[in-house]
Amino acid sequence: MDLVQLQRQLVDYRTSLYHEGFLDEQFTQLQSLQDENNPDFVVEVVSLFFEDSERLLNELSKALEQQVIDFKRMDAQVHQLKGSSSSIGAHRVQKLCIVFRNYCEAQNVEGCLKCLQQVKHEYGIIKTKLESMFQLEQQILNAGGSIPV
Amino acid sequence: MARNGGVAWMRTTEKIDGYDLSTSDTEEVHVLAVDDSLVDRKVIERLLRISSCKVTAVDSGRRALQYLGLDEEIQKKETNGFDGLKVDLIITDYCMPGMTGYELLKKVKESSAFREIPVVIMSSENVIARIDRCLEEGAEDFIVKPVKLSDVKRIIDYTTTELREGEQREGARARRRGINKRKQREGDDDLSSSPPSTLSSSTSSSPSSSIQSATAPLSPSTLDSPTRRLKMTSSE
Repeated sequence: MDLVQLQRQLVDYRTSLYHEGFLDEQFTQLQSLQDENNPDFVVEVVSLFFEDSERLLNELSKALEQQVIDFKRMDAQVHQLKGSSSSIGAHRVQKLCIVFRNYCEAQNVEGCLKCLQQVKHEYGIIKTKLESMFQLEQQILNAGGSIPV
Repeated sequence: MARNGGVAWMRTTEKIDGYDLSTSDTEEVHVLAVDDSLVDRKVIERLLRISSCKVTAVDSGRRALQYLGLDEEIQKKETNGFDGLKVDLIITDYCMPGMTGYELLKKVKESSAFREIPVVIMSSENVIARIDRCLEEGAEDFIVKPVKLSDVKRIIDYTTTELREGEQREGARARRRGINKRKQREGDDDLSSSPPSTLSSSTSSSPSSSIQSATAPLSPSTLDSPTRRLKMTSSE
């Protein structure tokens, strides 16, 4: 695929992520903070988000396996996940976290279990999509092109 | 160039050349950013750097107090800040394990040494009661997360204006002590001129009541004016 096609593909892909509600304007904010002196800013922030999210999702899984479920602690963890997903514009994950917190507050185990599954699912999707997007960006850079805004 | 004995008004640099204050690059605001989230720390750091600030980012209220030298469990003489840089602004998350941003705010405002430092609270929750409580405790502003560049720029803008005015007040005091009669004469000239619109508009948007534009003898724009700079330089 030639450079122009790659760039077009990237723009289309990115646009679809916004249209389908995977990303919101906070992601655009992050992109605007990147420049030639800080070319990896978005990748770095998103990588931190991935690490943070995986840790939190593991902890939430463990919490729900306990005999006595610590809903307060879980709520704090979902709050963290909500915060970081909001900060990078991971819209669907953020929205699910709001629902998840309601179940924690209500101490509804079934609700929490269901929500956790949904969050894991959505997280998996956004991770794959962002990684694909970064790969596309890298292909463009390798081909000597610049990433279209 | 004659040395100005009134070094009290030189805030961070040791240069006696006060004209550096007219340019924004030497007048870097040093911000202490406090957030337990690694993602948010990275973002706020970038936002602040883009806004030409020096940033120190810590992950808890406790670490923030240690940095300031306010931690009761650590002797003040041991810490004195990690690198001794004066903090011009504190931006802190509200919800943090251990010490909340609100508790940090209270500790800062209770301290005689640091109560003048503006504290801005960030929170993902847009709760009026929370906002009110923070403002009542002396918070400068409250930002709803996710934080945007426009939020940071707005805060840095009026913090910089307040700092400049603070220095001008101190500079004015030094001049009134007759340390430099020439500067005092020019200071008096400026007293008679009305403040520029930038100064008054910043003043009106700032919640701080400590700004008194009427008593500030020098406005930022008169300091900035090349004519003034030349005048000061050539007579040294």
